[in-house]
Amino acid sequence: MGNVLLIAEHQHGKFPKTTLVGVTAAKELAGKTGGKCIGLVLGQGVDALGSDLAEYGIDVVVVDAPALANYVADAYTVATAEVAKQKGVEAIVGTATAFGKDLLPRVAARLDAGIAPDITDVIDAKTFRRPLWAGNLIATVTIESPMRVVSVRGTAFDAATKGGAKGAVEKLSPAISGTTKFVSFNETKSDRPVLTEASIVCSGGRGLKNGENFTTYLEPLCDALGAAMGASRAAVDAGFVPNDLQIGQTGKVVAPTLYIAVGISGAIQHLAGMKDSKVIVAINKDEEAPIFQVADYGLVGDLFKAVPELTEEIKKLKHA
Amino acid sequence: MKILVTVKRVPDPESVLKVNAEGTGFAKDNIKWVVNPFDEIAVEEGLRIKEKVAGSEVVLVSIGDKAAQEQLRTGLAMGADRAVLVVSDTDLDPLAIAKVLKKVVDTEKPELVLMGKQAIDDDANCAGQMLAELLGWPQATFASEVKFGADGKSAQVTREIDGGLETLEVPLPAVVTADLRLNEPRYASLPGIMKARKKELKEMPLAELGVDTAARVKTTKLETPPKRQAGRKVESVQELVRVLHDEAKVI
Repeated sequence: MGNVLLIAEHQHGKFPKTTLVGVTAAKELAGKTGGKCIGLVLGQGVDALGSDLAEYGIDVVVVDAPALANYVADAYTVATAEVAKQKGVEAIVGTATAFGKDLLPRVAARLDAGIAPDITDVIDAKTFRRPLWAGNLIATVTIESPMRVVSVRGTAFDAATKGGAKGAVEKLSPAISGTTKFVSFNETKSDRPVLTEASIVCSGGRGLKNGENFTTYLEPLCDALGAAMGASRAAVDAGFVPNDLQIGQTGKVVAPTLYIAVGISGAIQHLAGMKDSKVIVAINKDEEAPIFQVADYGLVGDLFKAVPELTEEIKKLKHA
Repeated sequence: MKILVTVKRVPDPESVLKVNAEGTGFAKDNIKWVVNPFDEIAVEEGLRIKEKVAGSEVVLVSIGDKAAQEQLRTGLAMGADRAVLVVSDTDLDPLAIAKVLKKVVDTEKPELVLMGKQAIDDDANCAGQMLAELLGWPQATFASEVKFGADGKSAQVTREIDGGLETLEVPLPAVVTADLRLNEPRYASLPGIMKARKKELKEMPLAELGVDTAARVKTTKLETPPKRQAGRKVESVQELVRVLHDEAKVI
């Protein structure tokens, strides 16, 4: 009858979609443990966020402390573990984002808990499914320790919506310690939709040849479609675009309604990050490129001709 | 500076893995094995620090069956000084791995542990963070740059995270896990390969470490996901727009 604690990641005073996906998974898990789902908001000046989270129909614990002003793994681990102990928690749920991937294993180690990273299904209170080997294998894993920790893949559950009776918000002040110092965050600024939240994603690969071509060819297509821009590892490694755009096994996982892969060959490591998209379009001059094996619609041709043409056609369609 | 770097033996990333007859793991025969690519980056970073900081030593550690000697030799051929292999015939879960590594750290007393951010076989991305917690050390995961303070007592690490690049300062000792852009690993030179044969590679049976490696997590089933079917080719941009609009109804 243990409770489930959801660590609610927030950015710029909001919960990203990945956190709301986590809420859904945590509620589902609480249904199987027979306990309550409790949201946990950590930070400084986060009272409003705590109240907002309670509107998803769950009780919320807020830990508001200067030591938590910026996320650092050691201080956040101590705070999370203390709250887990005080609230009769048997399972801790977080998101498989950079934040969750950094924090949750550390929390698990502190509590001598087994961890299932990047889960896509909750089978029962202890059993989960997760992809591995770049998504080419799916494992069913059982966590046998009394405390269990999971991170949730951001595309695997629907985002929770507000509703039901608003939960209670409680403030706790556990002792917090840590030696890590946050220095700076160099944020990639963009007016486009967030990659992991967009319903359309256009991604570029090595075929675009350089960073300027992302600006000249891919960005107008993204803007015509209202799409987020992504990239293959090859394009990021080559310095065409920032790391934050990388889609794949070691980057972000997306599952938009429409995914357009431009000049991407489709290595299994890239497919791992996008193959659950509803409709996949590939534009590539090499008709043997593996991306065509997963694409619903393939266009063999020169992207430098096809992409501007596509952008124009879409603009026409939108104005029709 | 004494640096401990972890090296995991994993299937070559291009391998197609097949589920074994019991359906609980992948068939391990007929596979080409390599150093986990992220660990290779960690080894390279260790060597670059050694080249800058006089008197440094790079020690490699692997946990696995005896065949993992091959991957440790690869790291030694790149330029690491010596290696430790904790011999285990069973696969361990991330927490057990972290506990074994803690034992090795307690003995070796490095000032820095460098690890790959994840192993490309189980994609867990856990052991480094867990080790840091067990040691009570700070961690800096997903590193794309590592710099040291003038006094050599702290590190400034730039991390690849959602939304951009973050910089942290951690006092040493610390655990740092490598992301893709940290560096480009060197190839082992022929003289390096020759020298590696003579470098120390110490084996330790897991049982002798006295660590609780009981699995907290068990894999009960492993399966191949349904394959996505290839669709069809379109002849022109106009046709593409038409099918996306009329047929797929996504624009």
